[in-house]
Amino acid sequence: MRHLIQPEDLSNQEFMDLIETASHILAHPELYKERAKGKILASLFFEPSTRTKFSFDAAMLRLGGEVIGFSDSQSTSSQKGESLADTIRIMSGFADIIAMRHPLEGASLLASKTSRVPVINGGDGGHQHPTQALTDLFTIYHYKKKLSGHKIALIGDLRYGRTVHSLIKTLARFKVDSFYLVSPEELSMPRHILDWMQANYPDIHIYVLHDMEPALRDCDILYMTRIQKERFFNEADYLKLKNSYLLDAEKMQLAKKDAILMHPLPRVNEISIDLDNDPRSVYFEQAAMGMYIRMALILKLLEECDD
Amino acid sequence: MINVSGIENGIVIDHIPAGKGWKIFQKLNLNTIETPVVLLMGVRSTRMGQKDIIKIEGRWDVDLKLLALIDPDITTSRIVDGKVVLKKSMEVPQKVKGLFECANPRCVSHIDQQAIPEFTLVRSNGALHYQCNYCDEVTRYSL
Ligand SMILES: [Zn+2]
Repeated sequence: MRHLIQPEDLSNQEFMDLIETASHILAHPELYKERAKGKILASLFFEPSTRTKFSFDAAMLRLGGEVIGFSDSQSTSSQKGESLADTIRIMSGFADIIAMRHPLEGASLLASKTSRVPVINGGDGGHQHPTQALTDLFTIYHYKKKLSGHKIALIGDLRYGRTVHSLIKTLARFKVDSFYLVSPEELSMPRHILDWMQANYPDIHIYVLHDMEPALRDCDILYMTRIQKERFFNEADYLKLKNSYLLDAEKMQLAKKDAILMHPLPRVNEISIDLDNDPRSVYFEQAAMGMYIRMALILKLLEECDD
Repeated sequence: MINVSGIENGIVIDHIPAGKGWKIFQKLNLNTIETPVVLLMGVRSTRMGQKDIIKIEGRWDVDLKLLALIDPDITTSRIVDGKVVLKKSMEVPQKVKGLFECANPRCVSHIDQQAIPEFTLVRSNGALHYQCNYCDEVTRYSL
């Protein structure tokens, strides 16, 4: 039984296979509209995340499958103290595949231990979010036709957003050229991630910056992340920092003509709306890409079950 | 020195760093078992200066895995009919389950009764560092 709990569960080849399938689905959606006919996705969202849930649900529906589930835990028996392990035992008797999101770290791993069907981690607290990593890689591949050799800027909160830690480790597997890590001091990439990169991928250049400009000039991929208010002890610190990493049309003039601007969404005000029509802005397409790569993933995991 | 006679059948836990015997006594819940248990504290040792010793009479089924977490120099002996049948020093376990809690308060192992915390050893120089299999957070183990 295959599950997807963290990006490391997939080999590089499997990443590329999924990207290839997703590209094919994007080009020929009609060929896939009955590929999961008769199958049921249980879409179990123990904490609300409308976007991710709809992305999974739409992916299954476009494959001709059906969806059951819930979008917050108010309506489930976990409110009554039932173990997640039991909830999953029961749900996996109803469905052919599970996509889940849960506020506790490690919840998806726990679920995978008792599930009789594949489990896809749609986010476990701030821990892992492998389908976001898949989405990001697919988006890069779609626009740049390769994953290797890029100069990649990660901008914003690089400290607390652990999915960005997972993203940098995943991108590193595909021989990128360099990372420009742009953040305020308070939100910089943790030391242990930098050490890990140095130990495992000494050939990848890493530049730690507080200023966006050099990254804007040099990079092929500009990846913005959200600076979350919850991360700050006081309002004043938050207000001071949130505007320092705001990208607008004026700053974007520095960027390469063929750069792409990504964001996992929702944005707060990291990207000014005057950039939405810039051809380099691909964040809304990125959200759509997420559905196609989830279609590819659901197909792969269902097919491996049938083998 | 107080004379406490050797045991005929049971377990002897020796070379416990002085002062840790009582904590081990508590951690192993030795106050709840029905057979006689002796805790010797501050015993003179040529190698260690002072050490603690625990003798458990009449049973061998005590889970001793966590001793290695406390100190890898601790030795355990199984005594059968007055003879030592098995004497070994403890090895620091690579994997442990349920012996201590994950340091990450957001970890599922704190909330869900079926998520028993399990860890993999990542570093053992000085203190023991165990990474949680659920949330990846590293917990430093100390008694
Ligand atoms: Zn944990």
